[in-house]
Amino acid sequence: MDVSILGAGPAGLYSAILLRKAGHGVTVHERNAPDATFGWGVVFSEETLGALKDADPKTHLEITDSFARWSTIDIRYRGEVVRSTGHSFTAIARRHLLAILRARAVELGADLRFDSELTEPAAADLRIAADGANSRTRQRHFTARVRPQGCKYIWFGTDLVLDAFTFAFRETEFGLFQAHAYPFDENTSTWIVECAEPVWRRAGLDNAAEDESIAFCERLFADDLAGNRLRSNRSLWLDFPLVRCSSWHRDNLVLLGDAAHTAHFSIGSGTKLAMEDAIALAASLDRTNTIGAALTDYELERQPVVERFQQAAAESAGYFSRTAHYTGFEPVQFAVNLLTRSGRVTHGNLAQRDPRLIRRFDSWFAGGTAIAAPPLFAPFGKITNRLVAEVSTPGEAAARAAGGYGLVLAGPVAVTAQGRVSPDDLPLSAWGPVPGARLGVRISHAGARAATRDNIPAADGWPIVAASPVPYGPLAQTPGELTDLDEVRQAFADHATAAATAGIDLLELDMADGTLLAGFLSPLTNRRTDEWGDRHKFPLSVLDAVRAAWPRVLSIRLTVTDWAPGGTTVADGIAFAKELRAHGADLAHVRAGHTLPDFRPEYRRGFLTTLSDRVRTEAGIPTLVGGYLTTLDEVNTIVAAGRADLCVFTEAP
Amino acid sequence: MQVGIGLPNTVPARGPRTLLDWARRADAGPFGTLAVLDRLDYDSVEPVTALAAAAGATERIGLATMIAIGPLRSPGVLVKQARSLVEVSGGRFTLGLGVGARHDDYAAAGVDPATRGAVLSTQLAHLARLRGTEQSTMDILVGGSSGAALSRMARYADGYAHGGGPPRAFASAATKARVAWQDHGRTGQPLLWGQGYIAVSDPERGQAYLRDYYAFTGPFADKVAAGALTSVRAIRDFIRGYAEAGCDNLILFPTTLDTADLDILAEAI
Repeated sequence: MDVSILGAGPAGLYSAILLRKAGHGVTVHERNAPDATFGWGVVFSEETLGALKDADPKTHLEITDSFARWSTIDIRYRGEVVRSTGHSFTAIARRHLLAILRARAVELGADLRFDSELTEPAAADLRIAADGANSRTRQRHFTARVRPQGCKYIWFGTDLVLDAFTFAFRETEFGLFQAHAYPFDENTSTWIVECAEPVWRRAGLDNAAEDESIAFCERLFADDLAGNRLRSNRSLWLDFPLVRCSSWHRDNLVLLGDAAHTAHFSIGSGTKLAMEDAIALAASLDRTNTIGAALTDYELERQPVVERFQQAAAESAGYFSRTAHYTGFEPVQFAVNLLTRSGRVTHGNLAQRDPRLIRRFDSWFAGGTAIAAPPLFAPFGKITNRLVAEVSTPGEAAARAAGGYGLVLAGPVAVTAQGRVSPDDLPLSAWGPVPGARLGVRISHAGARAATRDNIPAADGWPIVAASPVPYGPLAQTPGELTDLDEVRQAFADHATAAATAGIDLLELDMADGTLLAGFLSPLTNRRTDEWGDRHKFPLSVLDAVRAAWPRVLSIRLTVTDWAPGGTTVADGIAFAKELRAHGADLAHVRAGHTLPDFRPEYRRGFLTTLSDRVRTEAGIPTLVGGYLTTLDEVNTIVAAGRADLCVFTEAP
Repeated sequence: MQVGIGLPNTVPARGPRTLLDWARRADAGPFGTLAVLDRLDYDSVEPVTALAAAAGATERIGLATMIAIGPLRSPGVLVKQARSLVEVSGGRFTLGLGVGARHDDYAAAGVDPATRGAVLSTQLAHLARLRGTEQSTMDILVGGSSGAALSRMARYADGYAHGGGPPRAFASAATKARVAWQDHGRTGQPLLWGQGYIAVSDPERGQAYLRDYYAFTGPFADKVAAGALTSVRAIRDFIRGYAEAGCDNLILFPTTLDTADLDILAEAI
């Protein structure tokens, strides 16, 4: 079989090697000269290396002989270096990697044609497009979504030889800059500088010439570079292009590596994924009878893997775009947050890899004792641990309290008969102290969601009220516009007063999930033209009344974003959370969606964690979050990294 | 986990006895459920008709749509059909619903596909009203992978109908269904139904059918065909994988009209 490959990067060259070994005729077209490569060092991971060894022992040996290897991550932040050990990294000069692959491809008889500009692979039995993230083949023949991800970044080299993967953070008058740096041979390290787009603009880097950018970054990281220069290799400020492509093959044409998919550089997986693609494609061709079947097989095998890496990369890119909000963290927590950013490393993994760091962290988190329990066992105020159970019956409350939860959160308790979810709702008097845990009670008015059973209007229901007459979904009762606002506010305050003498430790005021107060907050459900069309006004006035009547911890259950077109955005939710804090709220229970039934969530484990992180750090209010957290390790990681203070824990089947 | 079998109501070139014979054999076999697919613009037997016929030909086996494209029918007609199937089957019917993926089915039905999500929500709200009535034996499943679909499932239905794929894809979708269920404050767990295709006795013919049936999806058709189970061992691995992922009811659909595959599956489970 004749194979035509476009692009002599790692994916293209490694495919050429493996397909030549399988006896196919291979021609590679590359528009640049052989030595005109960009970039500095590239990172590999341990599991890739095993696959490379099996695929081609000879190049595996040459590549691993050239590797820089290290096991340490340094986090330079606020004048301190937090060192984490027990990791496993390898890197190689991109130029050297390509030289090895080129030589091997030629040795095996592949026809390499450099300075050969094609817009797609030449005619052949199989056509492989490995022409990079800006693949012209993809643009011509495939439907892809390409959008910038994360911050502005620029890729330098330096003669400073690092002994650790180094993250360096520097505050400037323009904002925060960060460097991602790692060694890749005996003489050189990669030094990537990154900052948020507005910071980059404020610093004038949008109009800076190449030498000005270098000078700026050298000055900025002068201490970290220890007198070494930054070196450019046609280095420009870039946006990282996130490429997602639903299908990677068409007839006999297939996309490989960055042409098919990208993963943000901050998880160092691009080259690894590209070479694994080449291995998977060669294996599929070997075990199937037709090119069509092979390309289908290749795609079925690689897409789930790539999706996992793209998810982790998105988390990591998101983290690096938010670092400016974490500069209030103590260095050790800043470090744990960074190390667990992508979701692939947890508190539990770190405790295995780097017990010293986790011992230090747990001790700091617990307030200083030398030996400390994991973070979820640290008290939060008077709550003895970070695990929260949401319950709807007193029997369930007693069971969860006995089961070790720190806080049992009961309810909802409707403050008026009209605001009951269903005719079967329990009143405040149903709830009293639970031995073994603190008791929280949510007070609510169901608004447009009142008078139902199992989400449909109850047969024995009653007329309901809401901010505006917007029914909660199809066949739902249309609520009347609330006119007795003072009465409802007073009912909330009366329940707070009653709760204060009922052995309740925490009160939660419901401004979430399409209930009455949440309905006031959203433009989807508040269409009032009176003074209460000011969407924050009524919920805040209720908060003020409850705060005045309630002396202990006050939580607000809050819809941070409607996740619906025309609804509240995350920025709206954060701005409102700041107001809640200013009005005396102690805690935000982070929720999203449900303002009306047809919202657009992205359900997965921990799907509310990033929202919680943002509310906590950007609005400066402690948070409680759920989102199907089923392992103690997830809770430890979230609490340790400062993404929430309390977690609703789910005992999964 | 229960294992069920599909009725080949969308496999072309059926004879007048094909579906009835298949249904009787399935009823006599070790299968928990007999399920149908729904396509309007394809050589197929309409799912409610097929299940009504199957109800008359069988005694005990559960009957299900996996799934029916809800918005192709008006809410009133759909509710009537569901209630009718519950009645004529003696309470053996499970209604799986989704929005489907083909615009030509919507064109053939004269329904605007842009409204399909909202229409399905309305249909589910009507169906939810049947709870507590004589139709309460009917479980309702909702399919689809978007957040909106999962949200609809968790709000109105009893469980989730997965669209097919390897066990790891089912496991990932099952987790999302559980997340949605909890996010909607539902107690207990959603029912989790899965599905796959078998093509053991004549893999090439079975896969050719799948490529034709899914031709509208472009390259995805090849992936579906490649995922068909073509050996007893593959069927057993698939069943084990689904059971481990928490599936409650796995439906394996035939890809040819050859009853040999029904017998092979009966042997395999």
